[in-house]
This record gives sequence, C-alpha cells and structure tokens, in this order.
Amino acid sequence: MADILEIKNLNKQFGGVIATKDLNLSILEGELHAIIGPNGAGKTTLISQIFGQIFPDSGQIFFQDTNVTKVSEYKKSRLGINRTFQITSVMKSLTVSENIQLATDTTRENSFNFFKASNNQYTFFKKIDFCLRQVGLIEAINQPVASLSHGDCRKLEIAMALASDAQLLLLDEPMAGLGPTETKEMIALLKRLKGQQTILLIEHDMDAVFALADQISVLVSGEIIATGKPNTIRRDSEVQSAYLGGI
Amino acid sequence: MQFIRSFKFLILVSLLVLPIIFNQIGMSFYLDLATRLCILAIAAVGLNLILGYGGMISFGHAAYLGLGAYAVGIPAHHWLYGGLDFLATNNGFIHITIAIVISGLFAFLTGLICLKTKGVYFIMITMAFSQMAYYLFVSIEEYGSDDGLVINTRSQIPLINLDDPIQMFLVSFSSLIFFMWLVQLITKSNFGLILSGIKDNEARMVSLGYNVYLHKLIAFVFSGIICGFAGVLLGNFTTFISPEMIDWSRSGELMFMVILGGVATVMGPLFGAIVFVILEEVLSSITIYWHLPFGLLLIAVVLFFRGGLSSLLSK
Repeated sequence: MADILEIKNLNKQFGGVIATKDLNLSILEGELHAIIGPNGAGKTTLISQIFGQIFPDSGQIFFQDTNVTKVSEYKKSRLGINRTFQITSVMKSLTVSENIQLATDTTRENSFNFFKASNNQYTFFKKIDFCLRQVGLIEAINQPVASLSHGDCRKLEIAMALASDAQLLLLDEPMAGLGPTETKEMIALLKRLKGQQTILLIEHDMDAVFALADQISVLVSGEIIATGKPNTIRRDSEVQSAYLGGI
Repeated sequence: MQFIRSFKFLILVSLLVLPIIFNQIGMSFYLDLATRLCILAIAAVGLNLILGYGGMISFGHAAYLGLGAYAVGIPAHHWLYGGLDFLATNNGFIHITIAIVISGLFAFLTGLICLKTKGVYFIMITMAFSQMAYYLFVSIEEYGSDDGLVINTRSQIPLINLDDPIQMFLVSFSSLIFFMWLVQLITKSNFGLILSGIKDNEARMVSLGYNVYLHKLIAFVFSGIICGFAGVLLGNFTTFISPEMIDWSRSGELMFMVILGGVATVMGPLFGAIVFVILEEVLSSITIYWHLPFGLLLIAVVLFFRGGLSSLLSK
C-alpha cells in the first residue's frame, strides 16, 4: 500500500514554544493511524498544519505525492482532506440534513447556483441517507442541530466528514466530552469506518485508541518518540514513562 | 399555517388596494405614504439579504439608495441644463442601468475591503464608506452640494408615466413583490444555504472547502444592487435628492426596519417598513421628539420579540 500522507522534518514554533520538532510521519492508505501524547504535546497543532489552518516554519507535507505544505485549508478540503474539530463545530441553526448537504462536493461545486431550490435536488437524498445511517442519526434527519445532544453533534461531524468523500479524515478527539455509552457507540462507529477510509485519529481515550488503531505514534513535546503497532507501543518503556504512566 | 398565509396575503392585498382607494376619495397623501413605504421596503429587502441571511451587519446601505437616486438626478440634470453630453438622458432604462452598475461597483469595491473585517469593525467600515459617499456629494457643487439636487424630469419608460402617482405606486409595489420573490428564491438555493451556513459557522464553512469571502462578496453586491434600484424609484418619487439621504442615520433606519420586522424572513422587511413609516407619520404628528418613543419600541422588540414582528406570526 502507498503512503497517502507523508510528513518530512516538520517544524513549528510559537514564540519560544516548540510545538512541532523535526517531525516525520507517514500514513498508509486505508489504515487508522492514531496519535497519542500528553496535553500540550502539539497534537492539534499537527492536525492544523496538515489541514492548512496554520503553516509550518519548515518541512514538507505530501498528500498523495503532491506537496501540499502551503496549501490553504479550503483548498485542502477540495483535494480530499477533511477534519473534525476537538470542539464540536457544526452549523447549529440549520437542520441535520442541511449540514450534510453543505459537506458534499455537489453543493460546493454548484455553490453559485442562485435560483435553483437546494432542497429539491434528489441527488443528495441517497448520500444524506447513507451518511446518517452510517453514524446512526437517521431519525434526526430533519431536526435542527441545536436540538441535538453533544454526542449526536459529534456523530453529525463524522457524518459530514463522510459526506465530503474525503480520502483522508483527520479526527481531532472525537470522544471528547462523551459519556461512557456514547464513547462506546463512537468506537463502534469508527470501527465500521475503519478500512473504508484512511483516518488520522487524535484521541485521549486510551481504550479507544488501542481498540481501533492499526498504527500508533506517540507525540511528546512536538516530537514523535515512537511509532508502531498497538502492542509494541504498549510495551515500549520510553512511551510508558513519558505518557502511559507505567500501566 | 393556513391562517398565517392568508394574513400575509391580506397585508399584501391591502397594501395594494387601500392606497388606491384613499387616492380616489381624495386622500392622495396615503398613496404617497404607501409609495414611500414600498420603496423603503425594497431597500430593506436588499439589506435583509446580507444582514438577515448572511449575518453581515451593514451600516452603510443608505449609500446605495443615494447612488441610485443620483443615477436618476445627474443624467436628468445634464439632459435639462447641458454639459456632460455622454451622460445626459432622461431614459429610464439608462437610469436603471447606471444605478445597477454604480451601486454594484460601489458594493464590489467597498465589499473587497469591508469583508476582510467582522463584527463591530464591519459595521464601522461600511458606515465609513457610506459617509465617504455622503461627503463626495456634499462636495460637488454642480449637483447642489448639501442643498441637494432637484430632479425636474422623471425617468421616461415606455408605456409608463411616473408622473402619475398611481402608476408610480404600482411600479414601486410590483418591484417590491419582484424583489421579495427574488430574494426568497436566492435564499432557498444552494447559494442561500451556503450563505446561512457562513452566517452560522464561518470557520467550519472554510474547512468544508468553501470560498467564504467570495460568497459574502457576491451577496453584498446583490444586496447593494437591490438598494440601488430602490434609489432609482426614490429619486423618481421625491424628485429631489440630497446627500442627507446617504447619511448614516438613514442606514440606521434601514437596519431598524429589518430588525423590527424580523431578520431572515421574507415578509420581515415589509412589516418593518410598514411599522416604520406609519409610526414615523403618527408619532411625528404628535411630538417633534418622536425618535424617543421610536427607540424605546425598538428596544422592546429586541428584548421581547426575538426574531421581530414576523416571529409573532410563526408562533
């Protein structure tokens, strides 16, 4: 399998704080790659650099063998990278199906359609139906997002990422703020997606990470100190002292 | 639902019929009032497209009314008194074309800059640009400076005589219906959905791959053009245009109408304009300090009827 994403010698500094230090990472097509690390290790900064919200000071990012280091976020999204946010970010005043609709390429490509009714396009229905069934939100299809629970908003974010037909999903702590039952549902959901889509997962919930990941990279102070299969990582002594607290 | 629809229909029908009846029984004042109301409502509909549906609070939309009115006044002035032959005309279609081009261009150029900002800064910068237009017209002596410009000939349009108050009213009324329909169509389209997505969560729309800036700019230009067209009607209706029409307080009145009536609704701007024009008439006949009760009313609406007068109907 080919690398879908390759990061070479990435550096990013905010004033005196080194957020990313000589970081190398490659993600194979189809795998679920998790990044773990203590608070402030630079996980979200890394995702933001991959997605183009901020640019690295030096180093390169290749997506499907194209150099995308300095490509801004809305163009990245068009190339096939999509992200979810650590803090839920959806359009609260719109309905669930409208949110999905906005996430599709079809809406984006026809965004200068001024006079054709948007809710009258049957092409969307299949897709909306499919994405919502995947995440188990189909009953809420016509509800306003403001009426959804936090967990359901999380699921909606995943559904939106699915609707975008992205080749690479960057999931920034999808379990954040979820209760135990919701976390279980989310793990089951990500398990279903695994294999269909390449996923870069950032997560604090260790049970989730070890249950889901094909590969795990451990990020400490902006550096990747280990990469490997879950079992290897669990046994790695450096990782244990840095992060896992010797379980 | 049925009741609300028939109520809205009733409002539109009375707006069309009542002024004409009043005019026939010799109270032409009410016809003039209704014409002014329709013209202001068109401008409010235009403003609502960006303020209500797009979340861009423009404090400078009176500028477009003024530009539209000057697009009638200046060519008519030269047509009567000579000078600038390429501009001199009383042809209504040319007036409308000039108004659309100029207001569209003004919206495009100022929008390029204004839309780089958000929130309070956006409010201030749109106001600043409209004040620039204000001082521009104050400084041009040929067009009357701050005394204003009397428009001695109305726009000539085949088969329509704008000198006839009833025809002037009917043109304003049908334009209002047309623009309400047009804005409704736009907001229900893909573009409209994207616009409301941007209003709700701009950062998310960027990360979904939308060119947010471009969408906002297009909506801004659309909105400016609608207000520019309203300006053409206003110039023809009052046959007088002065920089005072561009003043920021006029922009405030347009915002007042949109917010009072209910943002992001089809009928909202019309309700707002109706209440505004009627209250202005009633209150100013009682006291010269009519702005005071007026302001209190706006505060009450904002506090107690979130979503404006339209929200009363949808409950």
